[in-house]
Amino acid sequence: MTDTVLAPAKTRVQTQPRVGARRFRRWWKNPWRKPRFLEAITWGYLAWSIMPVLIAILLSFNRGRSRSTWQGFSLRWWTGDPFDSLWHDPELHSALLQSLRLSGMTMLIAVPLGVLFAIGIDRWRGRGSGTANFVMLLSFVIPEIILGIAIFLVLRFLLTFVELGTTAQVLGLVSYQLSYPVIIVRARLLSIGREYEEAAMDLGASPTRALRRVLLPLLYPAIFASFAIVFADSIDDFVTVRYLSGPSSSEPLSVKIYNQARGDPTPAVNAAATAMLISAIIAIVIGVLLYRWLARGQRAGVREFAAQV
Amino acid sequence: MLWLAVLFVLPFYVILSVALGTVHPIFLSPLPVWQPWYWSTEHVRDAVGKIVGPDAFLQPVFLRTFLYVAAATTLCIVIGYAVAYYVARYGGKRRTLFLVLLIAPFWISYLMRMVAWQGLLQGDGYVNRLLTATHVLGEPYNWLQGRPITVILALVYGYIPYMILPLYGQLDRIGQNLLEAGRDLGASPLRTFFRVTLPLSKQAILAGTVIVALPMFGDYYTNDLVGSPKTSMIGNIIDDAVNSTGQGPEAAVFVLILMLILLVPLLYYLRSTAKAMGSA
Repeated sequence: MTDTVLAPAKTRVQTQPRVGARRFRRWWKNPWRKPRFLEAITWGYLAWSIMPVLIAILLSFNRGRSRSTWQGFSLRWWTGDPFDSLWHDPELHSALLQSLRLSGMTMLIAVPLGVLFAIGIDRWRGRGSGTANFVMLLSFVIPEIILGIAIFLVLRFLLTFVELGTTAQVLGLVSYQLSYPVIIVRARLLSIGREYEEAAMDLGASPTRALRRVLLPLLYPAIFASFAIVFADSIDDFVTVRYLSGPSSSEPLSVKIYNQARGDPTPAVNAAATAMLISAIIAIVIGVLLYRWLARGQRAGVREFAAQV
Repeated sequence: MLWLAVLFVLPFYVILSVALGTVHPIFLSPLPVWQPWYWSTEHVRDAVGKIVGPDAFLQPVFLRTFLYVAAATTLCIVIGYAVAYYVARYGGKRRTLFLVLLIAPFWISYLMRMVAWQGLLQGDGYVNRLLTATHVLGEPYNWLQGRPITVILALVYGYIPYMILPLYGQLDRIGQNLLEAGRDLGASPLRTFFRVTLPLSKQAILAGTVIVALPMFGDYYTNDLVGSPKTSMIGNIIDDAVNSTGQGPEAAVFVLILMLILLVPLLYYLRSTAKAMGSA
């Protein structure tokens, strides 16, 4: 404040920056000022994260061979081209089916197993439960390449009766994806608590009956969220699956895309990736809708579904 | 406990047996040696000799991996923190939209997102066109021919969602009243941030760092898609070794080395998360 007292003696031109500085200081100290800078970063980040994908989807409708320049709209790489399009290339076509088959099977095996594990770990008091917890968290952080190679070597040298191909791929995917349902269902179990089940048993239900009639319905939202997540995630997987692929007919779309993207890709790769994206999105949307419907009456929305993730 | 053993100890033992085993003399396929008393350290010595020692031609790859992961993780923390902070504190009515957009990358496959960049970064791609049109660059830059900056940015792009969500979760939990208390007690906004917000979110930063950095160490696909052998990382050596004949044991040794490198941060993460889950 002392400099304001001195200020009048000087010329107007010199006070100008001080006014600016004071205004800046007041702006800076105002706790309710708008965080323009952070806002810009956030929107910039969101644009950066979403735009490339949108452009890639757009380019799958390209008329020409280029994946970098727009040359007009056509369905050439989806259905038109008799050799290279997603629909007519027999390899891509069967790979898409293989992808759907793999993730469908993985989903149907991993989720029920995961639910049982989650209930098991939740009830398991004493030694070992900590270790079980460790293992479940492990597959989130361990590089997938380590898991993939480990399973590959085990199947190749120890469990030699499992041939590389669909069975091996499903085995690998299940062990990789198992922790999603376990963690999601366990979080839900913790928030439900044991009271409902105990109440059911007080009213005369046997433990199995209490589990089936009371606990399981309460878990449905978490279970369906797991279904959607496991499906969407295993359709995208290409690391584990690639090591466990047998003949090239057992390679799913993700692996084909990966191989082609390293070689000489055409927009058909973009089309294939878009097809994969669409299947994943369908799975998620069905998951959200089922979740909303099952969790009606409770607080349910996209945000709670997201919280499950 | 049985499935634990099957899921864990067994694969580890198999990797060990392959690493310490031999190679078939004619077909060059790895022959695991199951009995520990016949184990030979030949391949281990071979592989380690490629990383340290006089003719360690793979050493640059290891150093490069550390460098890339460190750079990419730092960028993830800086950008991720800003975004998570903004959405958690100022998201307001748009918060659901923000969250959907933040989670969207999880459902877009990693492949799709890298394929997208392949197109954008090509010589005649839109990135070059934008940069030359705005005169940032005089002439198009060939991004895809083994540029460290491309690989690092691609790693950030691929992994940053995993950083933002834990950060958001933690920052969202910090009550506005704590910040107001800090301000009321006379701290400047910056000071409040450094003395209140940052310490409270330390746990999430650490968790996010582990979740982001560990998978990066095993990443080989990013480099395969937007890099070149000039920028190859540990994951690439492992992947190449697995896919070429006669190098089975070497691949196993590299996997073991990678596991050793990651062991400490891994255990730290598992312990702290298990603790957090136990108290929740």
